[in-house]
Amino acid sequence: MKDSADSYQTADGRTIGPVVMEMKNITLRFGGVEAIKDISFDIREGEIRAIIGPNGAGKSSMLNVISGFYVPQEGEVWYKGARRPVMKPYQVAEQGIARTFQNIALFEGMSVLDNVMTGRLPHMNTGLFSQSFWKGKAEREEIENREVAEKIIDFLEIQAIRKTPVARLPYGLKKRVELARALAAEPSILLLDEPMAGMNVEEKEDMSRFILDVNDEFGTTIALIEHDMGVVMDLSDRVVVMDYGKKIGDGTPSDVRNNQDVIDAYLGVAHD
Amino acid sequence: MAKPLTRADGPASVPALLHRNAQEFANAPAYREKEYGIWQSWTWAETRDEVEALALGLMELGINEGDFIAIIGRNRPYLYWVMMAAQMVGAVPVPLYQDSNAEEMAYVMDHCGARFAVVGDQEQVDKIIEVQDQLTGFEQMIYLDPRGLRKYDHSALTQYSRVQEMGRENREKHIKEMEARQAGLDYDSTGVMLYTSGTTGKPKGVVLSNRNIIETAKSSCAFDDLRQSDDILAYLPMAWVGDFIFSVGQALWAGFCTNCPESADTMHVDLREIGPTYYFAPPRVFETQLTSVMIRMEDASRFKKWLFDTFMAHARKVGPAILDGKEVGILDRLKYRLGEIMVYGPLKNTLGFSRVRVGYTAGEAIGPEIFDFYRSLGINLKQLYGQTEATVFITAQPDGEVRSDTVGVTCPGVELRIAENGEVFYRSPGVFVEYYKNPESTADTKDAEGWVATGDAGFIEEGTGHLRIIDRAKDVGKMADGSLFAPKYVENKLKFYPNILEAVVFGNGRHECTAFINIDLTAVGNWAERNNIGYASYQELARHPKVMDTIQSHVEEVNASIAEDEMLSGCQLHRFVVLHKELDADDGELTRTRKVRRKIIAEKYDDIIGALYDGSGTVSTETEVTYEDGRKGSIKATLEVRDAKVFADNRKKMAAE
Repeated sequence: MKDSADSYQTADGRTIGPVVMEMKNITLRFGGVEAIKDISFDIREGEIRAIIGPNGAGKSSMLNVISGFYVPQEGEVWYKGARRPVMKPYQVAEQGIARTFQNIALFEGMSVLDNVMTGRLPHMNTGLFSQSFWKGKAEREEIENREVAEKIIDFLEIQAIRKTPVARLPYGLKKRVELARALAAEPSILLLDEPMAGMNVEEKEDMSRFILDVNDEFGTTIALIEHDMGVVMDLSDRVVVMDYGKKIGDGTPSDVRNNQDVIDAYLGVAHD
Repeated sequence: MAKPLTRADGPASVPALLHRNAQEFANAPAYREKEYGIWQSWTWAETRDEVEALALGLMELGINEGDFIAIIGRNRPYLYWVMMAAQMVGAVPVPLYQDSNAEEMAYVMDHCGARFAVVGDQEQVDKIIEVQDQLTGFEQMIYLDPRGLRKYDHSALTQYSRVQEMGRENREKHIKEMEARQAGLDYDSTGVMLYTSGTTGKPKGVVLSNRNIIETAKSSCAFDDLRQSDDILAYLPMAWVGDFIFSVGQALWAGFCTNCPESADTMHVDLREIGPTYYFAPPRVFETQLTSVMIRMEDASRFKKWLFDTFMAHARKVGPAILDGKEVGILDRLKYRLGEIMVYGPLKNTLGFSRVRVGYTAGEAIGPEIFDFYRSLGINLKQLYGQTEATVFITAQPDGEVRSDTVGVTCPGVELRIAENGEVFYRSPGVFVEYYKNPESTADTKDAEGWVATGDAGFIEEGTGHLRIIDRAKDVGKMADGSLFAPKYVENKLKFYPNILEAVVFGNGRHECTAFINIDLTAVGNWAERNNIGYASYQELARHPKVMDTIQSHVEEVNASIAEDEMLSGCQLHRFVVLHKELDADDGELTRTRKVRRKIIAEKYDDIIGALYDGSGTVSTETEVTYEDGRKGSIKATLEVRDAKVFADNRKKMAAE
């Protein structure tokens, strides 16, 4: 195991940095149900980290803990070398953690561009007053933000739907718009909740390429939840496997693939 | 700065034109491209500086006079600049089709021995890397979009903007040599090399000189009165001669602005935003646009639909006449004005045609209804006839003499000749220099006096002087009485009916013409649904008596229209059958690009052809078919052979008198 402060090179020449986020002994309960039981793992800078597991394993809960939406009863979240206090989701977002949702949460009546612009909110500092008059600083800020948004629109190749209301888009494109909005925040960590759920093969290929490109071009650290094992194994550097709220495996895709507990969880064995 | 050689009557090379424009139209926009949601533009002066920086950078990379530079990518100002920069350093630009696969690319790049390639993005870089080993003499690749290329080996791979930086840094070192090379350019130097698409055999490199480019641009700009204030949208493949002449030749000559769309998908939005004044599209594009308008009108409210139908009917009646400047009654004019406000204006705006002064279509036959639709809206859509070897223009329709069935009169400076067998020959200042490294083909196509064979058969209409193209020369035959047999001409006329998907006409060497017809299942099926006609299969629908009646009326209308044409009146269809199966590429009856394979069809349906000529009323047949999964089966059917009314043949009547 590499030391948490070290960097290393992957086989395809990418540099994976030191640990940027660490989950320490996280336990999350909803009443009497333990959704997450004493789980620890870390995310390194610049890596693509996958969280996999059968339905109800607690993957989305884990992502919600990272994004600050759920507060675990036990355990600590360490981010950039310091313990993170309990925070509101928007405060987490301001720290540079952006996410997409499993069941698309876009503003359906707004255009793609406007949706992407909302991702720039953490970067807008002018007050209501100057925004209303849209002079000087507010105008400059809007132009800067629009520039970032447009670069992302270009990057994700959604120029043709820039002005289209989101409600009129097919599912696969909505997913891409959601990714665009998350990227607009220029996050250091990007959380993707089932980015490829419900997509056909071609859309999955497109999305995989965009995830790799984002990681490559912007150096964004990516944590993703995914069901499609093929996709996970191809994309990710390291994989955490969860089952019934417990961590049953953690390592490179090939480690995980050969792990007996993981095979059991996916193929199913009698639980006694 | 040393001025490039200029002829007495104007600049003698592409760079010379650029320098002229940079002075005369310094602050006028030369290129625009939509990027990051905004139209970025470059004036002629800025364009000259960008091109020069690039040219100097190429010098720094060690480009020699006579080198070839392959250019591959979608339409972007940066790639057009390569075309000009190449000439500045005495090299030859060779634009390639961006969708060609690696092998096709390898063939062309190896054939011209390109040392440099300027490409758009990672996709093209990957293709070249794949075939790099097969290429002799290939050295450097320059790319525009750095995305995904960061980890590539950059020893022979440079970013475009970096090349320009290198050029600016080393200006002093190379400027003298570059100016000397520019000064060496004259009317006979090679301006560009364009590869033919190679539908038959290997692609051939057509060498065009500065004379070809500039003379063609000059005369065609005068023909259509193209001005500095015009705008075009550059969206057709850069490797196609038309795009080169419109976006480089004419743009440089007239000094108008070339606009590049943001991406292929945004073409229609960009078209609306720019509102070009000079526009070119193949018939397919006009057809798709018309269909989408019609479909949207079907969904519109009843009032809007009524408004559209009423005014469109009026436009069809008087629109083309008004456009041609003919006499039209005052009431009709007023109603047309009203229509302009209510329907035509908004519709043209939606289509992006509000400002079109000159629109062209070419490449294949355009349906008369489609053509008339656009013209009735007041869009000056015209047809032209041309080819790569002629630097595009052979004939074009002058304003006021536009019809859907001709391709116009000879362009200024072009001479036409029709050979014995009907093949069209031309001679003009635009005639290409040669096929690169292929003297046999050059000699086959161009004779010593400079006449070039087009491979198309046609005739010049008496009275108007318009050229009419009837078919590929090799498909045109003779009927038993010696009159012209032009199957494709008749087939196209039939296929303009939405109910007819495919038609095959027979009659070479026979006394009468006959035809196989395939109905269009979508159109006829739709009709059947609306009229409560039940059917279980294509076969059943195809032999329904009402369908047969409809097709018969189409055939007879076609006969009537052919009868008016004395050269071709022998091609009227005497009998026809509606085939029991769709002609299919899987069965080898069509090519993959949906062209009819006459010989194979004639052999396969020998029995039906027999019935068409022996007078029998029905024919029973059995046909082998290949299903999509490769299994084979057979269809048995009894087909009805119908007689169609033919119309008096003017020519024969006169002979009898």
